[in-house]
Amino acid sequence: MIKKLILSLFVIAFFTVSSFSQNRTLPSVKVKNLKGSLVNIQTIENDGNPIVISFWATWCKPCKKELNTIAEVYEDWQEETGVKLVAISIDDSRSASKVKPYVNSSGWEYEIYLDPNRDLSRSLGVSTVPHTFLLDGKGNIVWEHRGYIEGDEEELLEQIEHISK
Amino acid sequence: MKKNLLLSFIFISPYLLLSQNNLGQINGNFETNLQSYTDDPSIDAIAADEVILNNAYLNILYTKGDFTGGLRYESYLNALQDYDSRYQGNGIPYRFARYTSDGLDVTVGNYYEQFGSGLVLRSYEDKGLGIDNSLDGVRLKYVPINGLYVTGLIGKSRTYFEYSKGIIRGADAEFNINEALKLEGETSYILGGSFVSRFQKDNNPAFNLPENVASMSARLNIMHGGFNYYGEYAYKINDPVGSFSFDENNYSTGKAIVNNLTYSQKGLGITIESHFVDHMEFRSERAKQKEFIINYIPTLSKNHAYTLLALYPCATQPEGEAGFNTNIFYKIPKNTLFGGKYGTKLNLNFARTNSIDGGNSYLNDSSSHTSNPFKSISIKDETLYFSDFNLEINKKINKKVKLNLVLAKQKYNKDVLEGKTIGEYGIISSTIAVADVSYKIKKGHTIRLELQELLSKDDATATNHADGDWHMVLAEYTISPNWFFAIQDMYNYGNYDEEKQLHYVNTSIGFMKGANRFEIGYGKKRAGIFCVGGVCKEVPSSNGFSLNISSNF
Repeated sequence: MIKKLILSLFVIAFFTVSSFSQNRTLPSVKVKNLKGSLVNIQTIENDGNPIVISFWATWCKPCKKELNTIAEVYEDWQEETGVKLVAISIDDSRSASKVKPYVNSSGWEYEIYLDPNRDLSRSLGVSTVPHTFLLDGKGNIVWEHRGYIEGDEEELLEQIEHISK
Repeated sequence: MKKNLLLSFIFISPYLLLSQNNLGQINGNFETNLQSYTDDPSIDAIAADEVILNNAYLNILYTKGDFTGGLRYESYLNALQDYDSRYQGNGIPYRFARYTSDGLDVTVGNYYEQFGSGLVLRSYEDKGLGIDNSLDGVRLKYVPINGLYVTGLIGKSRTYFEYSKGIIRGADAEFNINEALKLEGETSYILGGSFVSRFQKDNNPAFNLPENVASMSARLNIMHGGFNYYGEYAYKINDPVGSFSFDENNYSTGKAIVNNLTYSQKGLGITIESHFVDHMEFRSERAKQKEFIINYIPTLSKNHAYTLLALYPCATQPEGEAGFNTNIFYKIPKNTLFGGKYGTKLNLNFARTNSIDGGNSYLNDSSSHTSNPFKSISIKDETLYFSDFNLEINKKINKKVKLNLVLAKQKYNKDVLEGKTIGEYGIISSTIAVADVSYKIKKGHTIRLELQELLSKDDATATNHADGDWHMVLAEYTISPNWFFAIQDMYNYGNYDEEKQLHYVNTSIGFMKGANRFEIGYGKKRAGIFCVGGVCKEVPSSNGFSLNISSNF
C-alpha cells in the first residue's frame, strides 16, 4: 500500500515536472521604445523568423564591440537567415539619454528598446551585460550566451543558421 | 472508501495534469562569488578570520500567462570584505507575486520602481555595489485611458536584511499626449508627475520633526525629429535627521533641476545634459546614513570602462552641485581619408561639476535661502568638484586589427568627492592615455593588449600627496566561444612614498559554455572607489584567490 503511494507520488512528481513547459519563452514585460511608449516584449515578432535579443548598455565595452561587429554583417545575416536583432539597453537615467545618439551615430539598424528599471532583464535572469538570447520562429528561447569575446558572433550565426533551416 | 477515493485521485491526477498542457515556466539564475583573503602588509590588506568569504544568490521565477511569482535566496557566509558586514547569514529577503488582469498590474511583496529619472524615488539593486533597497508592500499600475500610465505604491524599504523605519507612499502619472490623442505628427510630448511621502513617527522630545516628509517632481519630454528634450524639476520639504543635537537638525528644503537635450542623425549624435541639485538626498528613514537613500541623482560624467580613466571617478554631491555633461558621437564615413575602409568612430566628451551659488541650503540652514541655478553656471566663482575632457577614437584597421584610443584630462576634488577634510588633498589633475589593440590570430583566437598611463599632479596647496603616477598593462587571450585568459599589472611607480611604489598583479581564467560561466582569479586589488552608474563604494585592498560562478536556467 505504502509502496503504491510512494510510487504514485513519484509518478505525480514526474508528470508535474514534465508538464511544466519545456520551452522557455519571453515573459509578459513592458519595455520602452525610443519614442517613450511602453511596448510588451511579447509583441515583437519577425514573421516566423529567428530573433536575437541582446542586452547592452552605452557604458559596456564588450556590448558595443559585439553590436558593432554584428552591425557590419547584419545585412548579410538578414538576407541569409531572415533574423532580426533587438537590442535592449539597460542604461539607467544617467546614460539612457545617450542611447539614441549612440545608436544613430553608429548607424545600427537594430530594433532598440530601453529597460531602465530592469524589469525585463531581471525576469530573464540577466545579471551582467552583454547577454544574448536567440528565439526561434515560434518565440522559444533556444540559446543564450553571457558575455562577448571576439568571434562569439560566429557561434551566434551558426545557431541562427541551425534554426532557420 | 475515503482511501479508495484518495488512491484513485492520486492515480488519475498525473493525467489531469498532463491534459493541462501548460503549467507555466520556471526559470532563474544563480551566482556565487568566493574570495580568499590573506595578509599583505604592503598594501594594507587584511586576512579574513574565516579565510574564505562567500556571497551567493539564487533567483527563481515562476511564470504562467500574466502571473509571475518569484523569490531570491541570498547567502552571505560571511559577506565579502567590500560588502557591508550587515549582509550576514542566509535568507529570502526578496519575494513577490505579480499579475495583470484587464490592464490592472498588481504586485505584492518586493518590487523595484523608479519615477521619472529617479530624483524622488528609485528602488533598485546593484550586486556590484551591494545596493538593494527594494520596496516591500503593494504596487499597482493601471492605464485608465490610452496614453495615461498611473502607478501607485506603498511599502517599506529594504536595508540589508531588515526594513528601514519609514513607510513610503508614492504615486506617479505619465501622460503620453500623442498616444492619447492618436497624433501621428513628428513632434511628441510626454508629461509626468510624481509624489512620494515618507511617514515616520516623531519620537524626538526635543524637536518638532515632520512625520510626513513629501518629495515631488514634474517632468516634460518633447521629441521632434532628431531632437529630444527632457526636463525635470523636483522639490523636497524639510527633513531634519532627528538627532538630539541642535547643530545636526537641519530644516532646509531640497530641490533639483535636470535639463537634457540630445540630437541625432545617421552618423552623428550630440548630447547636452545639465543639472542643479541642492540638498536633495531622500531617505527611507530619518537618518544620515547612505544605506537609506531611496532616490537617485544621475552623475554628470562619462562612465569610463578603462581602469585608469575610472581611478578618480565622479560622484554626484546631492547636498549641492551644478554641472553639465556634453558628448559628440561622430562616425567618419567609410572610404574617406580618415574613415578608411570601415569608418572611424569618435566620441568627444566634456563634463564638469562644481559647487552651487552661495553654498547649499544645508550649510545655510535656512529654508528661505535660494541658490541661483543660473549663477551656479558661472564656473569661475564656484569650487570645482570634477571635470573630464576626453576623446575616444575607435577604429577597425583591417579584418584582424581593432584599435581603441582614449586621451583624457581630468580634475578631481578628492576632499569633496571622498569626504576628506578640505585642504587635505585638494584637486588632483591628471592626464590619462589608453591604447587598446586587439589582434585576431585565427578563427576564434584573439589577443588583446591594453596599455594605460596616468600622470597626475597633486594640488600645491594640499597637505597630503595623492597616489601619483600609474602604468597599467593588460593582456588577454580569448578563444571563442569558451575561454579567456587575462593578466594585468597596475604599477603605482610615481607614488610619493617609495614604499608604496607597488605592482598590483591580477590573473584570471574564465570558461563559458551556454548559460554557465566560471572564472577564477588571483591577485592583489588596490583600495579605492568603485562606481557603477555614478554611485560609488569604497573597496578595501585585498590579496587572494577568487572564484565566480554564474548560471541561468
